[in-house]
Amino acid sequence: MADKERQKQGLRTKKELPDELGRFGQFGGRFVPETLMSALEALEEAYREAQRDDDFQRRLATLLRDYAGRPTPLYYAAKLTEHCGGAKIFLKREDLAHTGAHKINNTLGQGLLAERMGKRRIVAETGAGQHGVATATVCAMLGLECIVYMGEEDIRRQSLNVFRMKLLGAEVRPVASGSQTLKDAINEAIRDWVTNVDSTHYLLGSVVGPHPYPMMVRDFQSVIGREARQQLLEATGRLPDYAIACVGGGSNAMGLFHPFVDSEVKLVGVEAAGVGLDTGKHAASLVAGSIGVLHGTKSYVLQDRAGQIRETHSISAGLDYPGVGPEHSYYKESGRASYVAVNDEEALEGFRLLCEKEGIIPALEPAHAIYYTTRLASQLSKEHIILVNLSGRGDKDLDIVAQTLGVHL
Amino acid sequence: MRRIESVFAKPAHKALIAYLTVGYPSIEATLELVPALVGSGCDMVELGIPFSDPLADGTTIQRASYRALQQGVTPESCLEVAQELRQKVDSPLIFMSYYNPLLHYGLEPFCCACAQVGIDGLIIPDLPPDEGMELERLTERYQLDLIYLLAPTSSEERIGLVAARSRGFIYLVSLSGVTGARDTLPAQLEGFVAKVRRITSQPLCVGFGISTPEQARRVAKVADGVILGSRIIEILESSDQPALAVGSFIKRIRDGMTPREAANGM
Repeated sequence: MADKERQKQGLRTKKELPDELGRFGQFGGRFVPETLMSALEALEEAYREAQRDDDFQRRLATLLRDYAGRPTPLYYAAKLTEHCGGAKIFLKREDLAHTGAHKINNTLGQGLLAERMGKRRIVAETGAGQHGVATATVCAMLGLECIVYMGEEDIRRQSLNVFRMKLLGAEVRPVASGSQTLKDAINEAIRDWVTNVDSTHYLLGSVVGPHPYPMMVRDFQSVIGREARQQLLEATGRLPDYAIACVGGGSNAMGLFHPFVDSEVKLVGVEAAGVGLDTGKHAASLVAGSIGVLHGTKSYVLQDRAGQIRETHSISAGLDYPGVGPEHSYYKESGRASYVAVNDEEALEGFRLLCEKEGIIPALEPAHAIYYTTRLASQLSKEHIILVNLSGRGDKDLDIVAQTLGVHL
Repeated sequence: MRRIESVFAKPAHKALIAYLTVGYPSIEATLELVPALVGSGCDMVELGIPFSDPLADGTTIQRASYRALQQGVTPESCLEVAQELRQKVDSPLIFMSYYNPLLHYGLEPFCCACAQVGIDGLIIPDLPPDEGMELERLTERYQLDLIYLLAPTSSEERIGLVAARSRGFIYLVSLSGVTGARDTLPAQLEGFVAKVRRITSQPLCVGFGISTPEQARRVAKVADGVILGSRIIEILESSDQPALAVGSFIKRIRDGMTPREAANGM
């Protein structure tokens, strides 16, 4: 299929997807226990009502501005551009949003929605802790009870964020089952939701899970791409050649990509290759996985020959997930976006470069995207523009980076 | 008549359905336990195919699934176990599996293999009828019953949907929650069963949380069948002679389900 034709398809599908069954082509859907079906139907209805409600939209816009600090800046990374010697690199500074990552865009939206539905108890999962912190933050502000499930392995490597959540009044429940990471935290959050479905909203943090989550989280995160599009037009008079973001579950990438789907902009998602794709110790569901059903949605997953979900590895807890949002799977299949993988060592190289060249300490998740961007930029001429989503700041990762470099703090 | 249907065709008989995780504590144990369950009064056995991410299950079945997976149990080996069990028992055998292992195996090859080894039905806790069209078509073709679930949170519309699409019986989840033995069942249980009963004449079997003869009696008064799972796994975890212990537990449950007058008359 010609690129043009694919992009036309992208244009056609943007407004229509997901369909009424929550599907993006063959992906998505609602693969959940019957107990949750009515709650998902009610959530979808409440969300669609809120979308049409001017008061809701105004309140969300005000909080995004006054509380989260939006719009976040678009920054021309002159020194990094110079270092690469090619395409101009622009960073969308989601690291400057309140709580230090893009996660707040979604937690504000869903927090307001939970309040609107009369659900005063919030459960959430977290990997790196960024979504947990953003959820605890919004719950504190709205006066909602907050319980965050977090794998014991992640609690060990993200102790600072655990402390932040507790300061914000959330209860952090350790998850000891399975690989003790994000996927197990999601299992446990879903079990809690099944048990307390009448009183509780599950504030899912990525574009994964059963319909309507992939659509709803995408919509709340699309503010990233809408702002960046306008900011880049103002700064350069044109759209970028590439939009690049890291992909774990894929919310920051979808938030950046979606407003560009109807354009000619090339979209590239960067997954975690961990120790290396050939070692099996990675988290690259789109690059190295196959189609399956995990956490209520049909998408690419990492699984073994018997259909068991595989344990994953990435230096970055936020990318350490064996599934990915169904809309990304759809983009991969339709060719609208391409997906690549960057390993732990390369991500650290991207991390170091941004520190040294720009004075910005990125989170390890977007460090994957930064690394890929520097490689791509150096192969392109100076007329090209790359827009990359700097989805979070790196304070939370200093321990693990120090450890990897053999530095004792 | 299909095997599952014939269980509910017995006049004034309440079905007793037991769940085991295949390969817990071992494949040999499963091969020994299923005949023991049937011999003690079970009408059907659910064979659980272990999955890495059992999000509808509480800690007991999570543990059993994890142990079984560590021993290398796969859908393939579950089919082999079923084939061997079919030589030993005539009762209906039902696979309980999350959707992904089946999808990965291939839905049609899996249904075909089930029919060949003598499996009678499938229960897929994360496959509501909204997503079940393809599997329904295949289970029909291979004469398997695809059993759907209903929960106390199901709307009348959803009860109608499940009633129209479920085959064999309808699995009523007694409470909003995951599997696992409970001290008490919800007060609304009878109301829930009656609500479904008004909409459908399909057999209704209740599971989740049932662990004592008293609870089984209460359920058997209103439903057509009682499903036991986690409590059986707990007994397996704690007993030196699992087949004996589980057998005597099932007998007590069966006695509990039998109406007093009939029991006295025997």
